[in-house]
Amino acid sequence: MINPRLLFKHLAFHLDHLLFGTLLLTLLVGLFILYSATGQSLERTGAQLANIMVALACMWAFANLPPQHLERVAVPLYVLGMLLLVGVALFGDVSHGAKRWLNLGVTRLQPSELMRIAGPLMMAWYFARREATLRLADYVVGTLLLALPVIFIAKQPDLGTALLIGASGFYVIFLAGMNWRLILAAVVGVGAVTPLLWSMMHDYQRRRIEILFDPYQDPLGAGYHTIQATIALGSGGFAGKGWLNGTQAQLDFLPERHTDFIFAVFGEEFGMLGSLLLLALFTVIIARGLMISANAQNTFCRLLAGSITLTFFTYAFVNIGMVSGILPVVGVPLPLISYGGTSLVTLLVGFGILMSIQTHKKLVAS
Amino acid sequence: MKPFSELKNYAREHYYFRVRLGVAAVMVLVCFGLLTARFFYLQVLRYDYYQTLAESNRISLIPIVPNRGLILDRNGVVLAHNFFVYTLEITPSKVDDLEQTIDDISKLVEVTSNDRKKFKKLRELSRSFESVPLRTHLNEAEAARFAVNRYRFPGVEIKSRLFRHYPQGTLASHLLGYLGRINDDDLGDLETRGDLSNYKGSDHIGKAGIEQSYENALHGITGFQQVEIDADGHAVRVLSSTPPIPGDNLYLSIDSKLQDIAEKAFGQHRGALVAINPANGEILAYVSQPGFDPNLFVDGIDQESWKTLNDSLDKPLINRPLRGLYPPGSTFKPFVALAGLENGKRMPPFSIHDPGYYLLPGTTHHYRDWKEGGHGAVDIRRAIAVSCDTFFYGLASDLGIDRLASFIGHFGFGRKSGVDIDGEVAGLLPTPEWKWKRWKQKWYPGETVITGIGQGYMLTTPMQLAYAVGILANDGVAMRPHFVTTIHESKSGVSRPRPIETVERLPLKPENLQLVRLGMTDVTQPGGTAASIGAGSPYAIAAKTGTAQVVGMRQGEKYNALAIDERHRDHALFIAYAPADAPKIALAVIVENGGHGNSTAGPMARQVMDYYLLGKSPPAPGVAQSAEENQPND
Repeated sequence: MINPRLLFKHLAFHLDHLLFGTLLLTLLVGLFILYSATGQSLERTGAQLANIMVALACMWAFANLPPQHLERVAVPLYVLGMLLLVGVALFGDVSHGAKRWLNLGVTRLQPSELMRIAGPLMMAWYFARREATLRLADYVVGTLLLALPVIFIAKQPDLGTALLIGASGFYVIFLAGMNWRLILAAVVGVGAVTPLLWSMMHDYQRRRIEILFDPYQDPLGAGYHTIQATIALGSGGFAGKGWLNGTQAQLDFLPERHTDFIFAVFGEEFGMLGSLLLLALFTVIIARGLMISANAQNTFCRLLAGSITLTFFTYAFVNIGMVSGILPVVGVPLPLISYGGTSLVTLLVGFGILMSIQTHKKLVAS
Repeated sequence: MKPFSELKNYAREHYYFRVRLGVAAVMVLVCFGLLTARFFYLQVLRYDYYQTLAESNRISLIPIVPNRGLILDRNGVVLAHNFFVYTLEITPSKVDDLEQTIDDISKLVEVTSNDRKKFKKLRELSRSFESVPLRTHLNEAEAARFAVNRYRFPGVEIKSRLFRHYPQGTLASHLLGYLGRINDDDLGDLETRGDLSNYKGSDHIGKAGIEQSYENALHGITGFQQVEIDADGHAVRVLSSTPPIPGDNLYLSIDSKLQDIAEKAFGQHRGALVAINPANGEILAYVSQPGFDPNLFVDGIDQESWKTLNDSLDKPLINRPLRGLYPPGSTFKPFVALAGLENGKRMPPFSIHDPGYYLLPGTTHHYRDWKEGGHGAVDIRRAIAVSCDTFFYGLASDLGIDRLASFIGHFGFGRKSGVDIDGEVAGLLPTPEWKWKRWKQKWYPGETVITGIGQGYMLTTPMQLAYAVGILANDGVAMRPHFVTTIHESKSGVSRPRPIETVERLPLKPENLQLVRLGMTDVTQPGGTAASIGAGSPYAIAAKTGTAQVVGMRQGEKYNALAIDERHRDHALFIAYAPADAPKIALAVIVENGGHGNSTAGPMARQVMDYYLLGKSPPAPGVAQSAEENQPND
């Protein structure tokens, strides 16, 4: 006879309890704020709940997949991702001025999402293999492996995703032990090239960048989002206006308020207190991720876990930073909270990998 | 290697890794600390400020649409301008019962069923809090009547909007193009261009012609007002204001009087005319007949007018000079002649005896000359003057299609002229490679033969023909054809002339060019195919007539214009420049189903040249035309 308690224990064996619990709590908070942000649409909230279920299933599947398997598929997955990206560049569907989707007849694919997993996997694989003999040439190759998909995605154009994949690869390089002097040199190099690029740009391109940094230059266009979001956040005050009571959010002033700008709704309705609590939740998730990385059994797992965790952090920071007006507006959703299925699946697959790294290690040790 | 050192190495690596993770963790904390500080600043320190802003979101930004730039002709005659129109607009979100409200309004101001239909369509396109026009062009009395009753209609108001107007009506309609409402495709384009915010408040965008191709310059930069609004959304107080920058004014090379004469010359005929100043590429007249009234499009064209325009057999919406494809017929011959001379073929005193047909060596197929019995002894100059088919059949065959096509390409055939309005097509300069790619068939020698007289696969636009004639007239120097000569920038108040662009200098031998030009001058002299066109002209005209078959004919069949349905008659072509010794104008005319180039297209060209060179207006309509009897068939 099957003992239900035993079955549950078996099923949950590969879920890291602290990480899983915090994720569930954050997702729940997300559903509540989404309900408010969509103008109390049960339909949208229900759809997101379905997204969450699918994403959790994916997470569970990856948590049960031993990391050695991931190491094996790293290269084929990366190659597939690159082929699809080239396919998008050649035959992609254009929607809203961007070429991001590949139409396969049956379904539409967004290869950049695949790259968000395949990119760091490939980088971790490469640097784990070269670990003992890391030389300058390895960093050059690594950077090229990273730059290729980033450039393709940036050209689509999908600056947000390109930035995040770039960051995820950079974290691998950084954690693999890139020389501090090299990092310094890279920073100086970028600093030196920037004015040159600036002088080569067209007037309208420069203006777009200026607006990124100073929304008040274009209060009707790109700057409108930021200005309205700041008003929403600021008027939330310390304790917030209360759930479903945000005036900025409930009136039509906040654009994209259930996707990229959902944090503005959150900050308006739950105030500084709520915002700090959300940051605390994120901090727990990140801390747990870094711990898993520190204790992982081999270099590949360490690099992968570190990169996944820090990329999650980058997501959260870039999104909240742009909504609160300290970073330029790039299209990055708030992880675990913003509406949308694809990015949620990618995100939770990442966490599934973290859990796999943590729990399969235990298995080996015992 | 000793296992000990490996272990130690491993431990050291792991240690370094943890240091790196530690650095990353510090970075995370610093960044989150930054966010916390930002929250504190916004939500605690500046709480009062944002609180007031948000209370009713009192501050609203209202775009101020810039005045669109004017379009003027070379003498400053206004071709497109703007004027204020009273519109009656409804903001659907502020009205409870829309149908009832419209019914009530219709008791004060006339609202036709068409207005209702248009309103419904616009409403679907706009968001609920945007105001949507129900009626435009309210007269003073209607505006006053509504103003008195305004209190009864919350959410309905009278606004004055700028409307585009084309005072010359149908004149140069295909050139000017028109404005239309911004649709989803336009929005997508604007977004990719990064211009979306500059179109906040703009309803219209250039859809064709100059209005489309110079949209960027004409639109101007949108300004905005920061206003305080009350609970109903009405502006109470202006807090700050950034004025819009009006669009730039465009001066065209077109002479509207000349344009008018050229269009009237067409009468009921369909076709196209392009006249160029060969020395600098300025386009002096640009006719596509029939035209349309661009004013119809400004306010959203109504169904009936659209149906009439779109379904008409005359296809008034087709921009013929740029998009109409016609076989060049015999107007192609001067260029073939030049190709021959430049390749050392048919140099004087070479001449042939024309029996009235041409035979490819070893075959029996008769390539007929238009003149039964032939032209007798013909050298290259006379071949152009009398338009001898036999001569050019042989020349083309002798040159071969590859040499012919590569030379002719320099005159702009088979490629776009690069004129400054959109939509141009490249025409077709056939080559064996092209035929193989297109039809997977090999090229036959007979196809080279008929290419020599501009028949076969060859297709040109009237713009290309005018451009090519311009090159002949300008001693082989190709000038980029263009309409806009000067852009008057509103922002700086500076007039910037557009640079004149030389496309290519063809290295032609002057004596060869001179020979072809003499042949073309003979065309309008007694004995030439267009002698009647040159008759009584105080300046010498260099020209070439042409005919393009619309319906193919079998071997041995005779062409009888009167027996053929009007729309199956041949197209008439005419190219010319004048004065022949110092050209000031070069032009190409195509009259669809016009029969002979000499009878319909030629007189039109003469009227245009007479006005441009002599300032002579044509006689009253009906006199200059109809000279159909006993013309050469070419």
